[in-house]
Amino acid sequence: MGLFDLFFGLKTFAHGIHPPYHKDTADKPIRRLPFPPQLILPLDQHIGKPAIPLVKKGQEVVRGEPIAKADGGFSVPLHAPATGRVSGIELMPTPKGPKSNAIIIDTYESSTQEVLWKQPREMSELSPAEAIQAIQETGMVGLGGAAFPSHLKLTIPEDKTVDTLVINGCECEPYLTCDHRVMLEHPQALMRGIRYAMRATGTSQAIIGVEDNKMDAVEILRDHLPKGGSIRVESVETKYPQGSEKMLIKSVLNREVPAGGLPADVGVVVNNVGTLAGLGRLLPEGEGLIERVITVAGPGIVKPGNYLVPLGTPIRHILEQVGYEGSRTEFILGGPMMGPAVSAMDTPITKGTSGLLVLNEPSIEEESHKIWPCIRCARCVKACPMHLNPSILGQMAAKRKYEEMAEDYHLNDCFECGCCSYVCPSNIPLVQYFRIAKAINREQAA
Amino acid sequence: MSKKPTIELRTSPHAHAGGDVVRIMRNVVYAMLPICAFTIWQFGLSALALLLVVTATCMASERLFNRLSSQPSSLGDWSAAITGILLALTLPPGFPLWMGAVAAFAAVALGKALFGGLGMNAMNPALIGRAFVQAAFPVAITTWTPAFFEGRFTSFVPTTLTPPFLQPPVIGDWVTSVTVDAFSGATPLALQKFEGVQMDAMDMLLGTTAGSAGETSALLILICGLYLAARRMLDWRIPVLVMLGAAVTAGIFFLIDPVKYPDPLFVFLSGGLMLGAWFMASDMVGSPVTPLGVVIYALMIGVLTVIIRLFGGLTEGVMYAILLGNAATPLIDQLTQPRVFGEQRVGK
Repeated sequence: MGLFDLFFGLKTFAHGIHPPYHKDTADKPIRRLPFPPQLILPLDQHIGKPAIPLVKKGQEVVRGEPIAKADGGFSVPLHAPATGRVSGIELMPTPKGPKSNAIIIDTYESSTQEVLWKQPREMSELSPAEAIQAIQETGMVGLGGAAFPSHLKLTIPEDKTVDTLVINGCECEPYLTCDHRVMLEHPQALMRGIRYAMRATGTSQAIIGVEDNKMDAVEILRDHLPKGGSIRVESVETKYPQGSEKMLIKSVLNREVPAGGLPADVGVVVNNVGTLAGLGRLLPEGEGLIERVITVAGPGIVKPGNYLVPLGTPIRHILEQVGYEGSRTEFILGGPMMGPAVSAMDTPITKGTSGLLVLNEPSIEEESHKIWPCIRCARCVKACPMHLNPSILGQMAAKRKYEEMAEDYHLNDCFECGCCSYVCPSNIPLVQYFRIAKAINREQAA
Repeated sequence: MSKKPTIELRTSPHAHAGGDVVRIMRNVVYAMLPICAFTIWQFGLSALALLLVVTATCMASERLFNRLSSQPSSLGDWSAAITGILLALTLPPGFPLWMGAVAAFAAVALGKALFGGLGMNAMNPALIGRAFVQAAFPVAITTWTPAFFEGRFTSFVPTTLTPPFLQPPVIGDWVTSVTVDAFSGATPLALQKFEGVQMDAMDMLLGTTAGSAGETSALLILICGLYLAARRMLDWRIPVLVMLGAAVTAGIFFLIDPVKYPDPLFVFLSGGLMLGAWFMASDMVGSPVTPLGVVIYALMIGVLTVIIRLFGGLTEGVMYAILLGNAATPLIDQLTQPRVFGEQRVGK
């Protein structure tokens, strides 16, 4: 924390960047889009083991019905987002890159938006272990983008004690406003979800961290806080990557997660606002996660906004609905800093997709500057939120000294936020170098 | 849609801060232009010719090495131009043009191309060039011209047009013929060191003294440097800490013996300290990248400058101090790696 921040009492972390935020969709209420004719539901929308299909080709499914079950504890089930008929289980493109097995559902044209399959339950009667079980049954994963199964995240390892639940409402990626809208429109569901999560984890306090460019959300959440003061809202500096777990914990609690460690090592468990608002809505109803809010934005989008879409909606369908323009376009799933670009129009929105961003010529031009040699300007060193030395890491990557990067220069602490590439005046694709280095090290280790 | 749109695929991040190496380099050149203009006003045609010849030779050498190594031209990055201008600014204004060309070639060949071009050089190329001619032509590089001499816009300093491979003529008589008051031909530093005369601070601040082409007006250099710092194209910590290191070291000696040693303000304003601190020590390529490393590096240059000035055989120490700082940079970087987020401190 710098002197400046201390002086103004601003909650934040050291380093990071201030990209243009482009939060133009912040005032666009969440709207539904019409159901697409076909849904593509990859079995591996979460981190962990893929789900096991429960349906066969030709089988009819109703909205909300489980269509794949969790493969053990490190997996989550999948539910049918719309009523229709299973047309097959095939390899389909995914946001992650490689194709993977997906259940394809041809939706009925007159398919209802009512959820037809649910098992309502009284949450207050459940023990923490039963609550974790119920969370797994919703198929909920981290909706911020990580897609880590929520029941695992809320399961505290036996050798750790956790005192604080941190709820991540930073939404530090440019363009994205879906979490912002959820906070504005569903504060009760969020508070409910927070209470469930606190009970499941046995934490006594909860802190909602919201970047200070969303003060309207801060106020609404403060209005909805339950009495007793166990939950509080903290506004934190608007700075990328404030929404990274480790940065946010540092900002709101001034605790530093040890390198290679987990938030639980400093007594914290972190969940995204969208995730907990989702749990707050789904758990009492006993429904599965079948749709999510995404921000559709970017200079190439005609009708930007925040849309509630069924999981498995191909980006083609969304783009047809909202319109896009540009002779050269780039489709990004998520935010511009960390979101992957996809080329297949069949790529579906999955549980971890927080946005669909369409860039066109001017911003693409901006990305494609010539790469110059490193002039050691140290801007990356001053930007890296993990306090790594991307300058030297980049030079070592060019020499293929991948193992040394990990052993001597903390390569594995890099979480690929992209700050170094963003500031680099030589346009060196540092993050990409680091991804490659990590992948090769993983391969070597395997 | 009539024409099928192309879908671009790139890796994240899909946003960039904008601005690139070329813009930084171009701005460094802009920042040096007022200094060039001042030196031309001060020393006339000779200074202009020296600037042009040195810069042109640097750029031609850069192109030559591009050719030899079958690389595309790197003149577009402006770094060769910077080396040329900086080098010319460190030379005496009446420096023979052919020697200036030798210095320029040495700067690019030994200081840059040998290491692999932009970003790869261990030391500041301009200073390598100057160090080369300091060793090769010790007399010419310490032959100074008075500022604002008569006829500077119509005639050259006699040494300027020395034919290649010949020694320049002695200019003592010429100097007395063009100066109004008796000019000893010495820079403020030489006067102080060898004759114990301390030049007026205001003269040095404004740059009405003799000296290397671009080193005379401390104030102008400071303003130009501040422009770059304000545009975040140089790390202000480096020049500030270089000057702090120099001032503190000088201050200590001044307190020990105010008669023998110059006062800190003099050290501050004389010789190449300003130019060196703002435009050479701050060169990104040769300075550390770690926050602590920058502090060590800059203080070291400041301290070394004063030590060399006070105890060395030379009047000026900035050049060697910066070169030593450059040489120490890899080691400093190695020893000052930042503490990684979440890394436990040793012994904790």
